[in-house]
Amino acid sequence: MLDFLLSFLILAGAVFTFIGSLGLARLRDFYTRLHGPTKATTLGVGCLLIASSLYFSHQGNGVSLHEILITLFLFITAPVSAHLLAKAALHQDLPRVNDRRGHPRD
Amino acid sequence: MSLRLLPHPLLTPMLAGIWLLLNNSIAPGQILLGTLLGWLIPLFTLRFWPEAIRIRHPWRMLRFFGVVLFDIVTANLVVAMRILGRPENLRPAFIELPLDLHSDLAISLLANTICLTPGTVSAQLSQDRRTLLVHALDAPDPEAVKASIKSRYEAPLKEVFETC
Amino acid sequence: MLSLVIPIAFALVAGAVAMNFWRLLRGPSAPDRILALDTLYVNTIALLVLLGIHLGSALYFEAALLIALMGFVGTVALCKYLLRGDIIE
Repeated sequence: MLDFLLSFLILAGAVFTFIGSLGLARLRDFYTRLHGPTKATTLGVGCLLIASSLYFSHQGNGVSLHEILITLFLFITAPVSAHLLAKAALHQDLPRVNDRRGHPRD
Repeated sequence: MSLRLLPHPLLTPMLAGIWLLLNNSIAPGQILLGTLLGWLIPLFTLRFWPEAIRIRHPWRMLRFFGVVLFDIVTANLVVAMRILGRPENLRPAFIELPLDLHSDLAISLLANTICLTPGTVSAQLSQDRRTLLVHALDAPDPEAVKASIKSRYEAPLKEVFETC
Repeated sequence: MLSLVIPIAFALVAGAVAMNFWRLLRGPSAPDRILALDTLYVNTIALLVLLGIHLGSALYFEAALLIALMGFVGTVALCKYLLRGDIIE
């Protein structure tokens, strides 16, 4: 049972990580590329870390919770770096594709 | 007096918790050391934290975190579908979101939440702190995105951190 | 079942790292490259965690934590540099 749950978490985490990076490679302008890594990759790594926590808790040597720390840290820092990257991109006035709406003012 | 000895009552258990997680142990010695650090660090860094953080409705705060956690999972599924679909079909848009929040902490929490939830990234806070520029990955209807952010995330944050 | 899933996960994350490298080398603008670098950090954490599970050793936790910390600081410093042309004002 635990084996099954672990496998599911690891696979889901890896798939999310992959899709996030696929978005980075595939989408067409910077602002849309920003979405993949900030969301999918963060959740993917979160899934992997929870799997790791479960695995090492099951191994013996007591409950292992320190993976939660990295998960929390990632969930706090990913939006900050995404925000800063978007700000830097607006500052450099990067081109937008397929987008005629909304006029960001400086 | 209690304020001088314990300037940030919430920070102390948080720092102690982080210390215990870092050491991955709940031995009595570690608990003692963690509590000591959690007490001393806020005292030494007092001048960097000029204003006290006040949480008005802790339960609503917890409920808000629950909603956000749920939304993170759904947001990821949505964004994954968008990435796997054809890039030409995406309708990205910049949306200007007028803010009702005033405190720094509430605004930064809102910006972080927006970044983590469905297809939106906060891009820039205007100079007068009244509007937040948000980029949406796929928004056929920008007004709907605006309304959902306002009712789902901004209203609870306003209740928790500001006068009601 | 784990012994079957872990190699698949390794392959997927390695593919993700390869795509990050592609964007890092090709990226038309500086923010693109920074974003690729940031994603690379996060994917490296994923790889290290997977390696930890694979080898059954908790030693890799510290490395992953350090990469998370340094990666965030690096991204912020680079973005600050792009925004202001200066890291420490």
